[in-house]
This record gives sequence, structure tokens and C-alpha cells, in this order.
Amino acid sequence: MTGLTKTFASLAALLVVPACTSYYEIPIETPLKPKLDVSRFQRVLIAGFVAGGSDDVDANLETARLLRSQLRTESRLQVVDAEVLDLLTVARDESDLDYLDDGGNGNGAGNGNGAGNGDGLDEEAAGDLSEDDLEEYEYIFADISYWRQLGEEHQNPLIVTGTIHFTPHARAGMVTSEREIYDEFGRRRVVPVRAYRDRRGFVLSPKFIFIDGRTGVTLYTEQHREEVLYDASSNTPALSSYFELMDRLIPSFLGALSDQSIRGSRILLK
Amino acid sequence: MARLLAAAILFWLLPLASGVAADDREEARAHVEFGISVAQAELWQEAIYRWKRAAEIDPNYAPAWNNLGIAYEREGLFDEALEAYETALDLEPDNLMIQQNYDLFREIYDRLDEDVR
Repeated sequence: MTGLTKTFASLAALLVVPACTSYYEIPIETPLKPKLDVSRFQRVLIAGFVAGGSDDVDANLETARLLRSQLRTESRLQVVDAEVLDLLTVARDESDLDYLDDGGNGNGAGNGNGAGNGDGLDEEAAGDLSEDDLEEYEYIFADISYWRQLGEEHQNPLIVTGTIHFTPHARAGMVTSEREIYDEFGRRRVVPVRAYRDRRGFVLSPKFIFIDGRTGVTLYTEQHREEVLYDASSNTPALSSYFELMDRLIPSFLGALSDQSIRGSRILLK
Repeated sequence: MARLLAAAILFWLLPLASGVAADDREEARAHVEFGISVAQAELWQEAIYRWKRAAEIDPNYAPAWNNLGIAYEREGLFDEALEAYETALDLEPDNLMIQQNYDLFREIYDRLDEDVR
């Protein structure tokens, strides 16, 4: 390259640089409107859930506690402090009543049957329930009179209920991990290594159902499925996995009821 | 060498030959710059006005559309943001910054229910 060419190249670079696009990173909060119009409600009742899967976690009780505490800080709605319903028992009682009534109107619910937790027999039974089994209990959510009566007892709140399935899960497959290697000069390098591994973890499948406590009618339903897998040698407690999975779902759940925002940054161009 | 120099001169003089287009770009750029300064002061409605003006004056000016996308996203106008980002990307498909903004936006947009958009 001759001196003249170098000079020209430098000159061109000087001219090109200001011509390039300038940019500014700017923090933004993306607002998300609630999926559900809750303006007519003053109160919210996390009633309880039809739960199944692992016996290590009382998914009904833990979910109700967690959602209540989240709503207390993240929603304008007043959270009703009521006993968490054992909806599995309620649903079974409903089913028995319907059977005895032989085609009756099915409004034997709402009489407080099954309220509260701690029925050991039912807890054991819940552990055996698969996701498909839980679906068979979903008729309880269509029982308008039951939910209307529950709503009347708690001054017509928005009622949150649904099904929760939390179960152990195992899967084997290729996993990428990082490994340190040192070359002949002692320099450290980290390289990705793929290996076939057995992994264990949990799957959480909740279905949140939002019911109008005044009418007993379902307003909105949302369903999720989250899984977490660990190395087979790790011994992560079920309860901590449960909270890890619920952490992922909470923003979406809260997004149904209240304004949310997602913080991030974008690049403004000139 | 002389040919190279001539090509460079031509490259820099070409926009001046179409005087109206260059003026438009300058005017659009002024609106975009002002929009950036007001956006930094959190005056997003004014920023939207400025960037819309810039896009009207020079519809091929990708930064105006990119910035509009950001402002619409910030205001919760997600369909408008999508359109603005996509216009910016159509104009400058290789611009990694626009692509990054668009990807981050799509992560949010794709999770939204239709009635929330």
C-alpha cells in the first residue's frame, strides 16, 4: 500500500465513521395489561386446588399460600384469608351426592364439606392421581351453584381455583457441560462437552381457573407446564423444585389479574 | 489510484446530486435526534410524534421506524410496535441492533394473548 493510498484510506475511514449510525441504549419498561378485567372485584379468594402427583409436596396448600402471598404484594385486590379447601374431597363428595341423587340438580355443594386439609387418606390418594385423573374432577369447576354459594360466603370475590399436578420425572439424553482443559503451555481453556446422562427432576402442570364469585361462572382459564431436570446424582428436595417451577409461572398468573411490566433495554438509532 | 479517488468522490457527491432526498434525510435525522433526547427525558409521546414525522418525511429511514417500534412497545401499543420494527428490518435487514430490538420485543409479543395486544 502506497503512502497516498494509506492517506486516502484513513481519510475515507474518517468520513465513514461519522456517517455510521450512532446509537443509544435506553432502559424501557414494557407494560402488560391484565388478561382479565378485574375492575368489578374488590376481593380475591384463592379457594384451593384439585391436586395430585408427588406426596412430598402438598401442592394444594403450597400453591394457595404462594399465590395469596404474591397477590398481597402485586395486586390491588384484597386477598381473602380463608381456609384452603380440599377440593379433591369436595369433588368426590359432590360426585357421591350426585350419584345418590340419581340425576338430581347437583347442588349439594357449598355446605362446607371437605373444607380444610389434613385428611390422610385423601392425601395418599392424591399422590396416585395422574394428570388424566385430575381432569375427571374438573366437573367441580362447572358447578355454578357451588361457586356462587362460596362467593356469597366471602362477599362475592374473584375466585381462583383449578388443578395442580406435581410429579417426579426422569429423562436421559445428551447434555452439554463445560470442561476445563490445559494445553502444553499450561493455558486454561473451557470447552463444551456433550455426554449422555440420566437426569431426574419434576414436572409441574397447573391449570388456573378464575371464577366470578357473584355468578359462579368461569371467566378465564390458563394452563401451564414446566419441568426441571437435574443431574441424577443431585438430590434436590421436591419442595425447592416446586418453588423453582412456580417462580416461572407466577408472572403469567399475576399477568391475568394485574398490570405487569417487563424491564429491559432497547437501542435507539440515529 | 485515480480511478479509486474518482469513485470515492462520486460516492460522496451522489447524495448531493439528489438534493431533495438529502434534505429530507437531514430533516428526518433532526426529528429523530430530537426524539431521542425527549425519550431520554421520558417524554415518549413527544418522541413518538417526532419519529412519526421523521418516518413521514423519509419513509426509508430505518432508525425512525426502529425508534418508533421502541416507543410503541414502551406505550403498550404492541401491534404498532411490531409493524414499526418489521418496517425497520425490511429497510435494513442486516442491522444487528434493529434485529436485537426486534428479537427482544418478539419474546414478549409472542407470549401475549391476542386480546391484550
